[in-house]
Amino acid sequence: MKNMMLSTAAVVALAGAAWAEEVRVYNWSDYIDEELLTKFEEETGLELIYDVFDSNEVLETKMLAGSSGYDVVVPSGTFLQRQIAAGAFQKLDTSKLPNSANLWDVVEARTAQYDPDNAYSINYMWGTTGIGVNVGKVQEILGEDAPIGSLELLFNPANMEKLQACGVHFLDAPAEMIPAALKFIGEDPDSHDPDVIAKAEPVLMGVRPYIQKFHSSEYINALANGDICVAFGWSGDILQARDRAAEADNGVEIAYNAPSEGALMWFDQMAIPADAPNPEGAHKFLNFIMDAQNMAQASNYVYYANGNAASKEFLIEDVIGDPAIYPDEATLENLYTTTPYPARVQRTVTRLWTKVKSGT
Amino acid sequence: MRRVILIAVPYLWLLALFLIPFAVVFKISLSDIALAIPPYTPTAKDGLWTMLSGLDFENFVFLTEDDLYWKAYLSSLQIAFFSTFLTLCVGYPMAYAMARAPEQWRATLLMLVILPFWTSFLIRVYAWVGILSGEGFLNQFLLWIGVISAPLTILNTNTAVYIGIVYTYLPFMILPIYSALDRLDGSLIEAAEDLGCSRLKAFWLVTIPLSKNGIIAGCFLVFIPALGEFVIPSLLGGSGTLMIGKVLFEEFFSNRDWPVASAVAVILLLILIIPIVLFQRNEQRQAEAGK
Repeated sequence: MKNMMLSTAAVVALAGAAWAEEVRVYNWSDYIDEELLTKFEEETGLELIYDVFDSNEVLETKMLAGSSGYDVVVPSGTFLQRQIAAGAFQKLDTSKLPNSANLWDVVEARTAQYDPDNAYSINYMWGTTGIGVNVGKVQEILGEDAPIGSLELLFNPANMEKLQACGVHFLDAPAEMIPAALKFIGEDPDSHDPDVIAKAEPVLMGVRPYIQKFHSSEYINALANGDICVAFGWSGDILQARDRAAEADNGVEIAYNAPSEGALMWFDQMAIPADAPNPEGAHKFLNFIMDAQNMAQASNYVYYANGNAASKEFLIEDVIGDPAIYPDEATLENLYTTTPYPARVQRTVTRLWTKVKSGT
Repeated sequence: MRRVILIAVPYLWLLALFLIPFAVVFKISLSDIALAIPPYTPTAKDGLWTMLSGLDFENFVFLTEDDLYWKAYLSSLQIAFFSTFLTLCVGYPMAYAMARAPEQWRATLLMLVILPFWTSFLIRVYAWVGILSGEGFLNQFLLWIGVISAPLTILNTNTAVYIGIVYTYLPFMILPIYSALDRLDGSLIEAAEDLGCSRLKAFWLVTIPLSKNGIIAGCFLVFIPALGEFVIPSLLGGSGTLMIGKVLFEEFFSNRDWPVASAVAVILLLILIIPIVLFQRNEQRQAEAGK
């Protein structure tokens, strides 16, 4: 019996040693140039295991259940903040991250709101939430001067009624939709006051009958194929739809606009779980990603802006020159951020959202 | 001794794969939400006594206070009931035809029913998105033959959910009915006809009762998973499709409220188990009375 335990211990120790040679990364789907993954393995000799997810909620559930087995994960700002509070992450060891000198202070100042002093995370990509339209069809329905860059298009029932037949998708993300509805009626989009949040309900209910689907990824294909005319979604996703439509050459022209009333700015942050099996390797991965050329290669591939100032000189004109990706000063001023809802308010928000989606 | 072991195996199986997980879920349903890992309190770490004294039925009371939950249960029951009925209507004739087909064809026909399982369930449901969408095959075809002049909106409605459930669970209906009909002794029908039954009456008086067990098994196999279905309504259903599977997902992922999500799951299980237990008791009593 004792022998058996000893040999089991030896096997576990061996497995532990083999484990240490692996780095497990859990990132959003379609969110990196895969050449970078091979490059990382070649440079460090570590084996990289790269898995993907498509919603913050799925990631958060794994983090809060514990023992996810991942070394690097990529939650968005508000989710990161809550998971830090739950004790899900470990502080970064800056001595192992020489490339952190490349980070962009403008972005860091904003991410510090979620992660004070950026002690737990580095920015990977950031973007805005806004309006994607099939330009031809929307102008055909609403006329040449259709408000394609304004929340007026989304939340004015008169506009939506006309667009209904052509198809409209909204994000299935209450933390994005409710702030937008509040912004439209001139309230504080980041309000945590249930009475203010309740004011979003009539705005959303007013256009609900005209919305075909609330979903957070289907709109990419639906826009690109011409199945729908309008989507309220994430900047890079809509730009991806634009490129897919252009590649397919199907006569569909997609445009992305951050709402002129103000758009939500979000940040996807790389962090190391508290129980990461290989924190050493995780730091190597973060340092690799913060290399100016590597980061630029990732942005050039996924069409999202990054939080790396040094990478800018390596960005292609299509990315750095596109105000939908790197907004100009005036638009940047107009962007707002949100903070996580406390548990009780979160319930109010989810309930309101269920009501909007199902009518019950 | 051998008998004890033989009986113990299924009970151990039930204990390990059903009762213990259920006890865990039930315990979580009595806990409170917390911002921690795991996201509820109290846990076994607090000591057994503290843990037990911290449990209460608050979450179940909460479920009765909001009409969302019973509406979702009712709407799921309705969708599961009608899709089981539709599956039976489609599945029975298919199983009947298979059982009546010439002997040498049957293996092939059985193979054809099982064949869809070779592809992932998710991909098969996703394929329906392509078939039913506004620009999809079905609308293209109907427009082409001139039955309709404008594309029908089927995707993202309850109709699409019914189509998805009936399609997905059809084999689970066909197989048990087929196996009941396959074993049916053809001479019984001949005897009924010799005794003056019309073909229809013989079918109704002989074939249906003898395939009853297959029908019941098929209906359970369709109804139970359809009731808690999540994938089909979220891919094919619209914003108005209210099903308990989606509510459970939202409690778990959006509200990250594991205790309320567990309470929803416990009630879902009770809704399924109580009628099944009652039904089995009734069957047993009838079987005993028949002796």
